[in-house]
Amino acid sequence: MAHGPAKGISRWFLTTNHKDIGALYLWFSFAMFLTGGTFAMIIRAELFQPGLQLIEPNFFNQMTTMHGLIMVFGAIMPAFVGLANYMIPLMIGAPDMALPRMNNLSFWLLPFAFAVLLSSLFMEGGAPNFGWTFYAPLSTTYAPPSVTFFIFGVHIMGISSIMGSINIIATVMNLRAPGMTLMKMPLFVWTWLITAFLLVAVMPVLAGAVTMMLMDIHFGTSFFSAAGGGDPVLFQHIFWFFGHPEVYIIILPGFGVVSEIIPTFSRKPLFGYASMVYATAAIAFLSFIVWAHHMFTVGMPVVGELYFMWATMLIAIPTAAKVFNWITTMFKGSITFETPMLFSIAFVFLFTIGGFTGVMLAIAPADMQYHDSYFVVAHFHYTMVAGAIFSLSAAVYYWLPKWTGRMYNETMGKVHFWVGFIGFNLAFFPQHFVGLAGMPRRIPDYALQFADFNMMSSIGAFIYGASQLLFLYNVIATIRSGKETTDEKTWEGANGLEWTQPSPLPYHTFTTPPEIK
Amino acid sequence: MLDKATSKLVKKLVLAVVGMFGFGFMLVPIYDVFCDLTGLNGKTASSAYEAVDVKIDTSRTITVQFIASNNDKMNWAFKPEKTMIKVHPGQAVSTSFFAKNPAAYTMDAQAIPSISPGRAAEYFHKTECFCFNQQTLAAGESLDMPLQFIVDQDLPKSIKTITLSYTLFDVTENKVASSD
Repeated sequence: MAHGPAKGISRWFLTTNHKDIGALYLWFSFAMFLTGGTFAMIIRAELFQPGLQLIEPNFFNQMTTMHGLIMVFGAIMPAFVGLANYMIPLMIGAPDMALPRMNNLSFWLLPFAFAVLLSSLFMEGGAPNFGWTFYAPLSTTYAPPSVTFFIFGVHIMGISSIMGSINIIATVMNLRAPGMTLMKMPLFVWTWLITAFLLVAVMPVLAGAVTMMLMDIHFGTSFFSAAGGGDPVLFQHIFWFFGHPEVYIIILPGFGVVSEIIPTFSRKPLFGYASMVYATAAIAFLSFIVWAHHMFTVGMPVVGELYFMWATMLIAIPTAAKVFNWITTMFKGSITFETPMLFSIAFVFLFTIGGFTGVMLAIAPADMQYHDSYFVVAHFHYTMVAGAIFSLSAAVYYWLPKWTGRMYNETMGKVHFWVGFIGFNLAFFPQHFVGLAGMPRRIPDYALQFADFNMMSSIGAFIYGASQLLFLYNVIATIRSGKETTDEKTWEGANGLEWTQPSPLPYHTFTTPPEIK
Repeated sequence: MLDKATSKLVKKLVLAVVGMFGFGFMLVPIYDVFCDLTGLNGKTASSAYEAVDVKIDTSRTITVQFIASNNDKMNWAFKPEKTMIKVHPGQAVSTSFFAKNPAAYTMDAQAIPSISPGRAAEYFHKTECFCFNQQTLAAGESLDMPLQFIVDQDLPKSIKTITLSYTLFDVTENKVASSD
């Protein structure tokens, strides 16, 4: 029954193979990562000096909006879905995803969703310019006409990620190899299972929010228009009911990745496996009941502020449990520092900084000062870039030899890591300071006293941006001319079913389920 | 073909997706009810209050402040007759807001009230308010728009000042110059 891939380009359009689709997701998300990164470079170039040098404020706003939307929905989310597609069947001993045809559709919706979204850049009135959080009525009454394309794009990509997550849940629940009980699953599978449930729960709410916007704009309803009896604050409540779980959707699979990598290079089993699973579930649960900490300044009653403040700070407990588990896993381990491990250690270190600033932001009275400042920008880049992007880089280096049967160049990998690490910190650490000193986010010009830190920040951003080209070079060089490796176990400390398969991976794996003892 | 377990699970998940999409819309009335019950958000009732015969509590004096502002590009002159009134709880009070349409065409406006502190909203009863309906003014026309209210005797003792703010929205459907 086993047959190879279809010939030529149609292989990629017609494929229902989880490895092909995983690869498509990963390449697509990398293209989006470079696109969103280009927007970030434009933003940082304008902010290199105070005053307006390069672009108009309205275009600057379009850049901040598109950067956020593309990075969140186009780069990070599809990249993790791609990893899930590639790795989950291998990790649970399944031949493929449970719904392979839907898998093909859920990928191929994405290029269209983002073509629709990006096309708005070339429309009259420009692309959406209201920030990636698209607060109404800024995004309804005062939006450029292209907002309708934005709404349509969000609908399509929402359908895509809902289908993707249904597929993942169905695969994990039904296709595990005999003997693979839930509590024997690798942590990456666990974190993705929980993420998929989060997606199923909140992506429809996002779809509802943009549908309400669409109705307000075109069909005369007044969901968010005070004049017609609606309420702009309602938008924020609905958006953040989606938005807060969304940030864990972005980071939980990253937790899963480092939970695979750190034990491998520490040559010790993961410390506290069960507590990791429960901590992930606890974070997911808490994510649903803390949304209003994004809106401390809308004028909530004190009781509300206190509740959301305490509930948010509660999240630090399961998150800290995870961080301590990773550190304890490394403790007295026989550690080597290959590129995936470097990225994972940096992940733990930098994500913890992002977590701490998160606790600072959770303090409602302090947030009155921090709100909408560069401190917030620094905070979420420490969690999303050093969290999600670093773990994705780690994952690619970790599994690339398994995918391609070729070893990447360790020196080049380390160069990528160190250039990226220095660039990242140079870009985002000073933003804490300018934020605390009062520099607001989403502005094309700023007061003179912020000039030095902003110039540092821009230089760091350019370095970090350039390091991604190194990443691209490393991956392509590995695929084309990397040293061939046929070891089943690329890493001597690696555990898991994927390392029982040949390298490079054959087109079909686990056509007969493995025995799990 | 999908096996039974998978198709059952997928059906459940699709149902959950549809349910959550509905839940997103349900949040709209849920928040309304929540704010009505708790008086959060400073929202006052949008219809007239039936006055009940009660004694006026002359032992307390509450300062009621009025604010009038225009939303966005609304061009009407809009201001309260008095910016501040001292009232006793239980006492029916009348005041008015002045509005003038300076445009060369008929305009419709809707005033949206908000009360601060929000906790006072449920104790502030309006027996008559121009905000219950849209107001229409012809070109150049002006109007004193009436407001009657009663501050409830049960108003918490800690509240001594209530601020009532109106924002006037332009809700004119088609902005053409009127012929008359």
